[in-house]
Amino acid sequence: MGILEVKGINKRFGGLQALGDVNLSVEENTTHAIIGPNGAGKSTLLNVLVGKLIPDSGSVMFDGQSVLGRKPHEINQMGISRVFQTPEIFSDLSVLENVMIPCFAKRDGSFRMHAIESVFAEKGIKAQAEAILDDVNMLEKEHMIASSLSRGDKRRLEMAMCLVQDPRLLLLDEPTAGMARADTENTINLLKEIRQKRGITMAIIEHDMNVVFSLAERITVLAQGTPLVEDTPDNIKGHPKVREAYLGEAQV
Amino acid sequence: MLGLEKKDFRLLLIVVALTMLAPFILNPFPEGSDMAQFNAGYPDLMQRFVIFGILAIGFNILFGLTGYLSFGHAAFLGVGSYAAVWMFKLLSMNVVPAILLSVIIAGVFALIIGYVSLRRSGIYFSILTLAFAQMSYALAYSVLTPLTGGETGLQPKPGDPRILDGALAPGETATPGFFGLFDMRDSLELSVGGWVFTFNVGYYFAAVIMIIAFYISIRIFRSPFGMMLRAIKSNQTRMSYTGLNARPYTLAAFVISGMYAGLAGGLLVSMDPQAGAERMFWTASGEIVLMTILGGAGTLIGPVLGAGFIKYFENIVSKINKTTLEGWFYWMPDGIEDVVITIIYPFVGKGWHLTLGLLFMLVVIFLPGGLVEGGQRIAAALKRKKPDDAKSSATEPAE
Repeated sequence: MGILEVKGINKRFGGLQALGDVNLSVEENTTHAIIGPNGAGKSTLLNVLVGKLIPDSGSVMFDGQSVLGRKPHEINQMGISRVFQTPEIFSDLSVLENVMIPCFAKRDGSFRMHAIESVFAEKGIKAQAEAILDDVNMLEKEHMIASSLSRGDKRRLEMAMCLVQDPRLLLLDEPTAGMARADTENTINLLKEIRQKRGITMAIIEHDMNVVFSLAERITVLAQGTPLVEDTPDNIKGHPKVREAYLGEAQV
Repeated sequence: MLGLEKKDFRLLLIVVALTMLAPFILNPFPEGSDMAQFNAGYPDLMQRFVIFGILAIGFNILFGLTGYLSFGHAAFLGVGSYAAVWMFKLLSMNVVPAILLSVIIAGVFALIIGYVSLRRSGIYFSILTLAFAQMSYALAYSVLTPLTGGETGLQPKPGDPRILDGALAPGETATPGFFGLFDMRDSLELSVGGWVFTFNVGYYFAAVIMIIAFYISIRIFRSPFGMMLRAIKSNQTRMSYTGLNARPYTLAAFVISGMYAGLAGGLLVSMDPQAGAERMFWTASGEIVLMTILGGAGTLIGPVLGAGFIKYFENIVSKINKTTLEGWFYWMPDGIEDVVITIIYPFVGKGWHLTLGLLFMLVVIFLPGGLVEGGQRIAAALKRKKPDDAKSSATEPAE
């Protein structure tokens, strides 16, 4: 049994079958990549996993509990964090505040009326936030306003915001989309480091094959809303069905 | 001190000093002089400064922190006013139970309106709150007349039960007081040279409450709760994917700011025991928005400045009439005098809205952070002259 078990997911948008009978199993302590051509249903699948979309049928179990019907904040509280294609951060807040907020969410749950206590008195939360910023080499930028960060730093900040909650599953939606080569390399290294140091289970949606093959331990190939194959990177590389999905039948 | 950072504590001390010394500060011109009409140190206006200050402080907790623009906050002011008058009618002229009830009733009212309105954000939220406020106004004017006095408004009358004080005799009027120790209308006048300074009980009572309200707002701004509210304004998507439920946070902010408005309503009635439906009209809600933006939304002191600014205009600039202008420019040659007066006249007296409108436009275009940003720019310009401080360009947290 994997930590995340997706069984028989179907999702229709009008006449379009976005997901058709999708099964997926993510083993604990692995990096699992989901790849596929444009329109394969990768993002739809991700949105189902985080509670943004409700599928027409099927089940999604995370650590033995159903995820379906829960709101995004409830799913996060279960231990699933998400990194977006374009970093979603609190742009108007300082870098330190950006990381302190997930610390509060982890400690106090989805709502707590701590309106009279001072933020400055929360030494434990601050130390926790600064430790993670140190880990991603951003400690010297803690007082900067997040909107003034470079794109790469925004990505690292978002990663830090997810990591500080110590998630059991980290979902990454094309973490290197639109990045320059150097930034892509940095992100790959950062993810490798997270994987090795913290042993966090990761599910990653990616276009860039270079990224996929340097990170993934298992790969699921999605085409037209259905999983084609699930295998190790080495076996996927030469798989005829995968080539077919990517290059189109005409050229086979 | 008092659980505040040094900088915030200093700001609180400044506010305390300004409010306590207001009768002096607002009366800079000697009685009887030409400039005396610019004096704002009379009880009625000073009371309004602090009461509308409270209103704007509360509005800022919602709008300044979460970015949810409520366009119906006058409804809470009105509800608070009615609640306080009913307390005068039923219980006694003591302002304490009256104000407590107005805060509670406004809080309950805000909970209901907020619960419904906060299902939407942005312009739809604003429209929902506006609709609720206009609905309250219309109801207060018509169907709810037994409760609100309708067109004539609500005031203590002979024949009210007044359980604690006993019913008024016909022809007798009552004024609100504080446990029978002080009458809100009592004033002490101090004449020094040509100057007359008025120390009014009602003003000081309201000022102390404003200082407490301001202190609470600083604590909220600097609390984890306040940080969450700013996070909601910044990015709601990240908020929910961080495991935080935005709805109860915004609802709590809405209720708190509604209670502030109720408090302001109760205080207005404590100074002058009558309430009318026009207090809930949408222009009154708009005025609250103007005050906050003019002073600087999201800053601690801005809304208070904005409230003072608008109330000063409403009461001082509006009193300048043609005769006053003629008095000022009598020394000019006849033709030119007429031209000057004709040019200035539309901007003063009944035309004070025009001046305020122009000022508001200038502030929004050139000082998006409001009067506070103006102050910060002046402070920064003065600092730049000293070479030592030139390097410090760190972003200052909002005051």
